[in-house]
Amino acid sequence: MEDHLGCVITGTIGVDAHVIGTKVISRALREAGFKVVELGAQTPAEEFIMAAQETAADAMMISSLYGMAELDLEGFRDKCTEAGLEDIVLYVGGILGVARRNFAEDEAKFKQMGFDRVYPPETDIRQGIKDLKADLAQKRAERP
Amino acid sequence: MRSTRLFVDFGSTFTKLVAFDLEAEELLARVQVPSTVGQDITIGLEEAFSLLSETVPIGEAERHQTVACSSAAGGLRIVCVGLVPEYTTEAGRRAALGAGAKVVGSYSFELSETELREIEEIAPDIILLTGGTDGGNRKVIIHNAAMLARCPGVGNVIVAGNKSARDDVDALFAGSGKNVIYTGNVMPEIGVLEVEAANHKIRELFIARITEAKGIGRARGMIADVIMPTPAAVLEAAKLLADGTAREPGIGELLLVDVGGATTDVYSVAKGAPTAGTVRFLGLPEPYAKRTVEGDLGLFHNLGTLKEIAEQEDVPDGFDEVVEAMCRENSVPTGEEQTECHLLLSKVAVRSAVNRHVGTLKTMVTPNGEVVVQRGKDLTAVPWVVGAGGPVSFSADPAQVLEGALFEEELPMLLKPKAPRMLLDEHYILFALGLLAQSEPAKALRLMRKYVAPLPGPERWGSRPSEKPIGIGGRTA
Repeated sequence: MEDHLGCVITGTIGVDAHVIGTKVISRALREAGFKVVELGAQTPAEEFIMAAQETAADAMMISSLYGMAELDLEGFRDKCTEAGLEDIVLYVGGILGVARRNFAEDEAKFKQMGFDRVYPPETDIRQGIKDLKADLAQKRAERP
Repeated sequence: MRSTRLFVDFGSTFTKLVAFDLEAEELLARVQVPSTVGQDITIGLEEAFSLLSETVPIGEAERHQTVACSSAAGGLRIVCVGLVPEYTTEAGRRAALGAGAKVVGSYSFELSETELREIEEIAPDIILLTGGTDGGNRKVIIHNAAMLARCPGVGNVIVAGNKSARDDVDALFAGSGKNVIYTGNVMPEIGVLEVEAANHKIRELFIARITEAKGIGRARGMIADVIMPTPAAVLEAAKLLADGTAREPGIGELLLVDVGGATTDVYSVAKGAPTAGTVRFLGLPEPYAKRTVEGDLGLFHNLGTLKEIAEQEDVPDGFDEVVEAMCRENSVPTGEEQTECHLLLSKVAVRSAVNRHVGTLKTMVTPNGEVVVQRGKDLTAVPWVVGAGGPVSFSADPAQVLEGALFEEELPMLLKPKAPRMLLDEHYILFALGLLAQSEPAKALRLMRKYVAPLPGPERWGSRPSEKPIGIGGRTA
């Protein structure tokens, strides 16, 4: 039995160098009792996937603040499935496009891409953690 | 009676014997005889002792104190089985290479029956089983343990993966008749490489069982011990030369190229930290003391491959015919044409091997400006390049051969040394110095400073060499 609530991969996707968001998230997750694999800024999609494979991670919380998330995360859920990570919980958050955003549109788009939850800028991380606990509990309940 | 100490390298083709005077800190002699590992390794060893005693007086005491390394009977052959190729399989490979082994197979994810049969055919000396960070993926390493437990071609298994899977793995190997050894995870967390524990177990296993299995253990009747694979001895020498001892400094970070008949090995003892400003690292971190080995760049076995690589650039007229002649004659190059050819091919071997060893830089243009991504070690600031191996040490122009290791303006993404000074293992005795380092590191270091001689630098480019570098003291047979 593991002594933590779950293993979460965090990082900023693509060539985005922003790191504050992902650092705040990582610290909050640790304090809440999760094991965090912190990949940091400028992390290619493949690194997220490989890290999740080796650690058998339960979730990924991917940050993006430079507006290129849709491009960077194209096919990401499929890549997870290919890699044997069909069940992994995927969250994305940040500034998910350039120009003024309609969050509802962004949310719909990324959910269609396979993300379980989508968060706008200035989300309170505690909400994210609450959601994560609930989603993981549900996944465990659903497991045969 | 001088304090004479002897060291042996049971090589694949030759058994080599080196004698030092430890009091005077001098090289006394180096001899070699054809290896007799096929019939009985001690025959060649006895011959080598006889040959040596023609010039250096040795008695029973010296013979019994002799310590050896070996790459005979195929060397130490390891198959690596891990999870993600770029992560735990690669970590396993690094552990194996750092221990002086040859990686004769590499597998990732869950093994299939076909792959299991392949492994059976390969019949490695050791399987290095890795996979999963500690507390991470258990499924794959457990699956692979179950497969390997019933593979007849497998005798020794070192398990260096997810510690949380240990009990399950243990249960699967129980009753399989295999010798299973457990050690620390080579990749306990993402991005953390820890190979020392696995290195240690590999070496122990080599001494305890593998040397016996290859008939090399028979030499233990005559000498003290066979303590490591030959490339491990060379790596030990490189580490000592770079780092020194607690009391005496080494020369600093270095890149060592050892060109052989069957392989070209590259060793870097360097942190490889970026020199190009802000850089993003990707990939598994590399060991401070890193070894790579290229099995297609031997100056004896792979003349064809080297010729093809050479012909991609400019080659002298008649190159083709000269190389064909060398392949047919199968011996040391004779005459000016063959010598020049051999030099060129040796330089090609050095260049290709170093290109594969060093880290790389890639620049990407992004909305945030340029991002520089580094994989592997940045060796551009490494101050020393050391050459070793017959084709370098005994060549007509070692400096020219070693130029292959230098940074090239046209290929700035390959992080090769930019302005190093060059050294040469003139007498081809690094293995012996690495072995001596295990018991007398201070003396080994001083001997290295004496016999690993400076070479003139790049200012000699383009000029014909007038004389070979001269050895200091000692006789060589």
